[in-house]
Amino acid sequence: MVRVYDLAHCRAGDKGNTSNISVVAYSEAAWRVLREQLTPERVMAAYGHIAKGPVRRYDLPNLRALNFVIENALGGGVTRSLRQDMHGKSLSSLMLTIELPGHNEETQQASGSPPIVANRNAR
Amino acid sequence: MSSSESNAASIRIGVGAGTADDRIHPAVQLAQHGELDYLVFECLAERTVARENLTRSKDPDRGYTPRMLERVEAVLPACLENDVRIVTNMGAANPRGGARAIRRLARDMGAGDISCAVVTGDDVSDLVRTMPALELLETGAPLESILPRMASANAYLGADVVAKALATGARIVITGRVSDPSLFLAPAMHEFGWSYDDWPRLAAGLVAGHLLECSAQVNGGCFADPGKKEVQDLATLGYPFGDIAADGSVTIGKLDINGGRVDLATCTEQLLYEIHDPASYITPDCVVDITDVRLEQVAQDRVAVRGPKGRPRTPTYKVTVGYFDGYIGEGQVSFGGPNAVARAKLGAEVVQARLKERGFSYPELRVDLIGYSSVHGEHPSRPEPYEVRLRIAARTDDRRAAEAVGFETRALHMHGPAGAGGGSDPMIREVLAVQSVLLPRELVAPEISLQGEA
Repeated sequence: MVRVYDLAHCRAGDKGNTSNISVVAYSEAAWRVLREQLTPERVMAAYGHIAKGPVRRYDLPNLRALNFVIENALGGGVTRSLRQDMHGKSLSSLMLTIELPGHNEETQQASGSPPIVANRNAR
Repeated sequence: MSSSESNAASIRIGVGAGTADDRIHPAVQLAQHGELDYLVFECLAERTVARENLTRSKDPDRGYTPRMLERVEAVLPACLENDVRIVTNMGAANPRGGARAIRRLARDMGAGDISCAVVTGDDVSDLVRTMPALELLETGAPLESILPRMASANAYLGADVVAKALATGARIVITGRVSDPSLFLAPAMHEFGWSYDDWPRLAAGLVAGHLLECSAQVNGGCFADPGKKEVQDLATLGYPFGDIAADGSVTIGKLDINGGRVDLATCTEQLLYEIHDPASYITPDCVVDITDVRLEQVAQDRVAVRGPKGRPRTPTYKVTVGYFDGYIGEGQVSFGGPNAVARAKLGAEVVQARLKERGFSYPELRVDLIGYSSVHGEHPSRPEPYEVRLRIAARTDDRRAAEAVGFETRALHMHGPAGAGGGSDPMIREVLAVQSVLLPRELVAPEISLQGEA
């Protein structure tokens, strides 16, 4: 198994009661794994205990990024939510906990990629 | 001062704030050292205008964003010295009053007579009151259902009226509700004369605005993860700027004197921030398609943005309707040591039983164990922490019922499970919620007025 945390970085945004979470691959190899394995179904399973869904996925190959749109995720929306984190900014790091199947050469290469450091980009 | 006749090949737009609560000092640094042409302050969250409408109803001179004068006072000397024009939506519910206050402040500072172009017409509350059948986008219910509790209704205006305001030559343009990225497109439209069929350029200006509108989030804010994603000198994080050229090319950058990073990782995260369908990012100026956008690191802390596309704008303005939605009552208390989670859960049961016994009921009540389940929910896969803070929050239309939530939670000190400590004072929040409707464009009439000699 390989964690999304080892393949990508994420940011969460809010609009009304909907959260969008971007998943940006660290490498080409990681991108291939994410595109194949990080399905809306897997994301729905990870968020099912806090969001009703549905979940939609948009692919942005130029950016090696996926954009997940999770509906009914923010307790009624920023302005009336009972949640402590009304904007759902912390929801991005829940995405990073998702484990994806497969431990093939590709994922090993991806998960073994070095941390990205300031002002140096792997791409 | 710039004018629409100028042939500037490129303009530089800095960010002065990306929210009403944003930091102030980075804006001063950018005004001083950024070699800016424009400084844009975006300070209106969804419900800010609704809140400021209330302020204005109590004091007709107020109703602009609370820290507006503090921000202007901080940057004005550098903006005047370096000939930087200010564009801002800090007028909130009272752009005219905001302009008067800014002009008074400038005179008090010895800066003389500062001209302000004021954009109004976003307030459509009188109009929508006559249209109770309008459908609320969030619930599908008619507007009628919240009209008796309505506090504000403001259309998201576009860049066209802001560009016209810039054409007056005013030093400062102050608005109420304007779409966030449109505040950044406007100076480019004004300088380069872009029109409403120039889709790739409009889209480029809006994408630049989208990247910049949340201030430091594009140059290293909301990003650092120690050991994994490093941000150099996070403490001295500054605000970003965008260089927009007449041909629509866009480069995002930051000052060398600040920490942070502008690279593909930070820009990609921000490009997708609050985006749903990347092919249809709807703004009042055009529908932007970022599907084919490419980012390129052209130098240290400089990222070029290429390839946004645009389609004609929709025939409607989006209108945010603010309305009173009852109260939220909240209380917190802490537990530590062995079995802390179970004691906190018992405390939560006790509080709910006592609220019920006192005759209070709540359409929605939430129990969080901070440190365990409050941000990502409870999940059996997670180990129990050593300590937790119990938080109970509930919605109600009854202010007394809201107050009781925190009262009963704090009472766990002496009437609850063992070792409940550090109870908070009962918290009561009056909820100003927002929903949206769409209004046909022709019903909305943006206006410009000038204060002072431009």
